[in-house]
Amino acid sequence: MFDLDRWREIFQSINKNRLRSVMSGFTVAFAILLFTLLFGVVSGLSNFFKDAFADDAQNSMFVRVWKTTKPYKGLQLGRRIQLRNNDFDYVTDEYASKIQYQSARIYKNFNLKYKNNADSYSVRAVHPDHQFLEKTVIEEGRYLNARDLKERSKVIVIGRLIKRDLFGEKPALMKRLNVNGISYLIVGIFSDDGGDNEERLAYIPVTTAQMLYGNNDYISQINLGYDPNLSLDAAITFGNRLEKDLRNKLNIHPDDQSALSVRNMAEANQNVGQFMFVLYFIVIIVGSGTLIAGIIGISNIMIFVIKERTKEFGIRKAIGAKPSSIVTMVVLESVIITTIAGYLGLTLGTVLLKAEWLREVLEEYFIKDPDVSPGIVMGATIVLILAGLIAGYLPAKKAANIKPIVALRAD
Amino acid sequence: MIEIKKLHKSYPIGKDSLHVLKGIDLHIKEGEFVSIMGSSGSGKSTLLNIVGLLDVHDEGEYYLNGQLIKDMNEKKAAILRNKFLGFVFQSFNLISYKTALENVALPLYYKGMNRKERLKVALEYLEKVGLKEWANHLPNELSGGQKQRVAIARALVTKPKVVLADEPTGALDSTTTDSVMDLLKDINDEGMTVFVITHEEEVAEQTKRIVRLKDGVIISDEYTKAAKAV
Ligand SMILES: Nc1ncnc2c1ncn2[C@@H]1O[C@H](COP(=O)(O)OP(=O)(O)O)[C@@H](O)[C@H]1O
Ligand SMILES: [Mg+2]
Repeated sequence: MFDLDRWREIFQSINKNRLRSVMSGFTVAFAILLFTLLFGVVSGLSNFFKDAFADDAQNSMFVRVWKTTKPYKGLQLGRRIQLRNNDFDYVTDEYASKIQYQSARIYKNFNLKYKNNADSYSVRAVHPDHQFLEKTVIEEGRYLNARDLKERSKVIVIGRLIKRDLFGEKPALMKRLNVNGISYLIVGIFSDDGGDNEERLAYIPVTTAQMLYGNNDYISQINLGYDPNLSLDAAITFGNRLEKDLRNKLNIHPDDQSALSVRNMAEANQNVGQFMFVLYFIVIIVGSGTLIAGIIGISNIMIFVIKERTKEFGIRKAIGAKPSSIVTMVVLESVIITTIAGYLGLTLGTVLLKAEWLREVLEEYFIKDPDVSPGIVMGATIVLILAGLIAGYLPAKKAANIKPIVALRAD
Repeated sequence: MIEIKKLHKSYPIGKDSLHVLKGIDLHIKEGEFVSIMGSSGSGKSTLLNIVGLLDVHDEGEYYLNGQLIKDMNEKKAAILRNKFLGFVFQSFNLISYKTALENVALPLYYKGMNRKERLKVALEYLEKVGLKEWANHLPNELSGGQKQRVAIARALVTKPKVVLADEPTGALDSTTTDSVMDLLKDINDEGMTVFVITHEEEVAEQTKRIVRLKDGVIISDEYTKAAKAV
């Protein structure tokens, strides 16, 4: 039953009483605007945290060693712990089913030289799996492979920025690079999302490094990628057990965090998850608060508006308006105003969140790509429309049932 | 048209109640032109409001167009008002944000007439009260007399059986008073029942029957010279 005349009546009333309409709309628009911004900011925070951990694989674990800080089994504190190949193999053997990727790391610092260009760079000696643990992206050529390791080849994969530093625009692939006086073949060039430092690195086979630099079986660190099918809890348990087993194997006090530790992304993920949970909890509270304030605002204004219009209702009734037609008129007015105002608030909020200058400011506060899901805002708007409906209905019903003679006397 | 028997009305005032109408008997036939006179507070408006279904009585019987008015809910009352009654108030009671034409057309909206038709009819009635040129003006751009004529056009536009006017000239000067009374006379000549409250003798004398009210009872009810002249 679309009644054009009724809508004409309502739009005239809204349009001719602009101040009143704008006033009632303002509260709603403001509430929705705040709501939009709030959710935008939180989604931005969440994006920032997701990004911050995007550099390395989400399921990575590092086994790191340093000096003992607790005496254990007659051994003194201050003892320097050294990981060896057999520790690496021990991990492989014991935990194969829980591990997706595994790589050793040896940290080196070498002078890299091509023709007249030379500089000092960090070089990591690793296994092929390291590519996936570090999310290394091959731009040209290839990464290290099993054959390189087996043959202890003198091959090197260099970062995009090393290539730029030493080769400029000229091709670098399959060129020979002087690494502290030893000639290596460049087999690959890579990029990495982790920032400039991650792209001023070079990778060589772990076996080559062990043979050429000390002829030992030392490794600096073991990097793991746990099976991504493990739950966060299972992954954390795995990390704790690995830590315990390795401390036991290396005669380290079970609580000596400094001597050997396993840094587990699962724990970080869990912390981030908890942090986001708390954040969303706060947002839900603040968001509902904003909405409730909006609802109270509309209700108050509607009560005021209806009081102001009591006489008009009296006149309308004296000339034949049924109470229901007055209630319908007021409720529809209220709903139209809240809908339009809600839409304006939403649009303004979305436009603001997309504004470049605001994004730049927000980025400094760890808020990245703020955005609101339309679903949430639609939900909020619907709540406000319902509120407008109720806020309009109750006082309108009361006003519509006032005896016309009383209503006419009102002023 | 209007038949009232032993009508009583009291207003509650705190714990007490103020007995305003104390047994009114009144019979107004179709086509009559009646005025009610009486000092302020004698209950004139109360009576008119009850007749106009704007208020309800406590005791007695009231028949409008042969129908007993009893246990009226607001909806039924609204329909009857729209169908049978037209109101003219002392304070005009025009809707301020609507033009003269829209004010006159509003009762037809509640009757369910379409927009084009009701604007046409409303304009005819504005012409009848001599305000065709003012159709698109808002009430605050009109003089008191003009506003009252708009209100009369609005009261007439549904072709009611009875026009009820509560001191329609109370806020007007003597020349505009005359023009408003002339209008009411014309309406009555067309056969409409007109029921008007006034406390001005000159106004009452232009009607055909004067009912005098004092302290809630009718003290006299007689036809005027104007009636005898017809
Ligand atoms: N709603 C009301 N509540 C209480 N007293 C009222 C109300 N309306 C009118 N009265 C009182 O009833 C009496 C008659 O009022 P009214 O019919 O308006 O008189 P008139 O129109 O003759 O001046 C007055 O004393 C007035 O104060
Ligand atoms: Mg009065």
